[in-house]
Amino acid sequence: MLGLAPEVWWTLAGIFAVLVAATVLVRLIEGPGDPANPSELASRTRSWWFMVTVFTIAMVTWREVSTVFLALVSFMALKEYLSLIPTRRIDRWVILWAYLAIPVQFYWAHVSWYGMFIVFVPVWMFLFFPIVMALRGETEGFLRAVGTLSWGLMICVFAISHTAMLLALDGVSDHAAGGAGLLLFLVIATQFNDVAQFTWGKLCKGRFIGRIVPSVSPNKTWEGFLGGLLTIAALSAVMGPFLTPMNAAWSALAGALIAVAGFSGDVTMSAFKRDLGVKDASHLIPGHGGILDRVDSLTYAAPVFYHFYFFFFVTEWPG
Amino acid sequence: MTRLLQILFFALVVRPVLMVVLGVHVRRRELLPREGPAVIIANHNSHLDTLTLMALYPLRDLHRLRPVAAMDYFLRNRFMRWLAEDLIGIIPVNRVKGAKEGANPLAGAEAALDRGQILILFPEGSRGEAERMAQFRKGIAHLAKARPDVPVTPVFMHGLGKALPKGSFTLVPFNCDVFVGPPLRWSGDIDGFVEAARGAVEALAAEAHVPDWE
Repeated sequence: MLGLAPEVWWTLAGIFAVLVAATVLVRLIEGPGDPANPSELASRTRSWWFMVTVFTIAMVTWREVSTVFLALVSFMALKEYLSLIPTRRIDRWVILWAYLAIPVQFYWAHVSWYGMFIVFVPVWMFLFFPIVMALRGETEGFLRAVGTLSWGLMICVFAISHTAMLLALDGVSDHAAGGAGLLLFLVIATQFNDVAQFTWGKLCKGRFIGRIVPSVSPNKTWEGFLGGLLTIAALSAVMGPFLTPMNAAWSALAGALIAVAGFSGDVTMSAFKRDLGVKDASHLIPGHGGILDRVDSLTYAAPVFYHFYFFFFVTEWPG
Repeated sequence: MTRLLQILFFALVVRPVLMVVLGVHVRRRELLPREGPAVIIANHNSHLDTLTLMALYPLRDLHRLRPVAAMDYFLRNRFMRWLAEDLIGIIPVNRVKGAKEGANPLAGAEAALDRGQILILFPEGSRGEAERMAQFRKGIAHLAKARPDVPVTPVFMHGLGKALPKGSFTLVPFNCDVFVGPPLRWSGDIDGFVEAARGAVEALAAEAHVPDWE
């Protein structure tokens, strides 16, 4: 609890300062409004307060709490996913087993067992569930059931568990902020990229270049994407040297990569939702939609940033 | 004492499970009747249906909620009887055909309404096959006829039958949705009311995203 570096505390304080500023700004733009029936922007901001507070508590207490919190995010994402897609009655037990993969995967992350972490879902679970389903003897809809479960586990469990794996880089980086600094860097860059792309998209309103994939995500414009990318690269260049062992240039590169990955996760999830005919994955977070709507960009950004950092900066794996 | 036990059961077991393991989302919660006498009707997929509807109310109102449930199933042994009658507070109904001539199977339900309580009633009469809506029985219409001033609020629930279907004792996490509609009133015609009640629940079902579950 007391092991966190001052850089982490300052960064968290900075996030709250941004939230205060955003809340004041929304209030100035929209006026006091009706507290019982808030506008989308107001309820979005209110939800941000809640999420940032929970995230901060999870970060500043113990690493066990942080990891359990990230595992819960993964659980809620997988539950939302499995509730949205068509499933087979006969696979009820298989689905229960799929949930049990979450504590196991996050345990590997917690004990920094990279070898197991990296193969558990893509190899062992990938091979395990199809044979369990086959042994049940029901072949109708088999391929669909296997395919959808595998994709869901990769996105909601494997990809998201990279956030916990960043925390495990504590012993690897000699930077004072350690794993917590890396996770904060990733989460701030990813979430702020969502906001920046949205804001740049609104400001430019597709006036210059236009939409990227209107059939999937009509609100995604080149202006928003490029504006977000440059904003995040600049933000990362400042934030990176403070929170991570990367210098300004590497941090800017990492930020740009996170922006591209975040955009990809967002659009991929949009295609998934559009295929199912739903706008939001659920109504868990007022103003945002479901947990999948909030972590969609993270499902790409977390593994991409982790492996980028791992490749260029982790030269020696301890133990 | 039992009331305290009921409050503890809902506060410490039912609500945490519904919130963390299942994730219940309610649309138009404000349409649920605040005061009795009132009747809530819903489609029936799982034992969780009753608990979920009850958990939507503040803890202090729990004892005013009375699920109408089958006598043959819930009173079959002493433990079930304690669970159903004391902890949950059901009103037992004899649904077995050929019940005593002249006896009103809904007498208990009518008496509860007269005491200002809120009934929870599943017009399908049984959980049946999970996530498939069966025919509505006529009991709801007879009850509405007997107490024509009592509002009947339709509710559609989706997901609980996947989480805990009939015949299973293993809870598998799934999100579930609860849709509340505007209340119905007695229409003056038994068959017409059954039809209207089913129509109201089906209209709510049309709002839901219900993925295939075969």
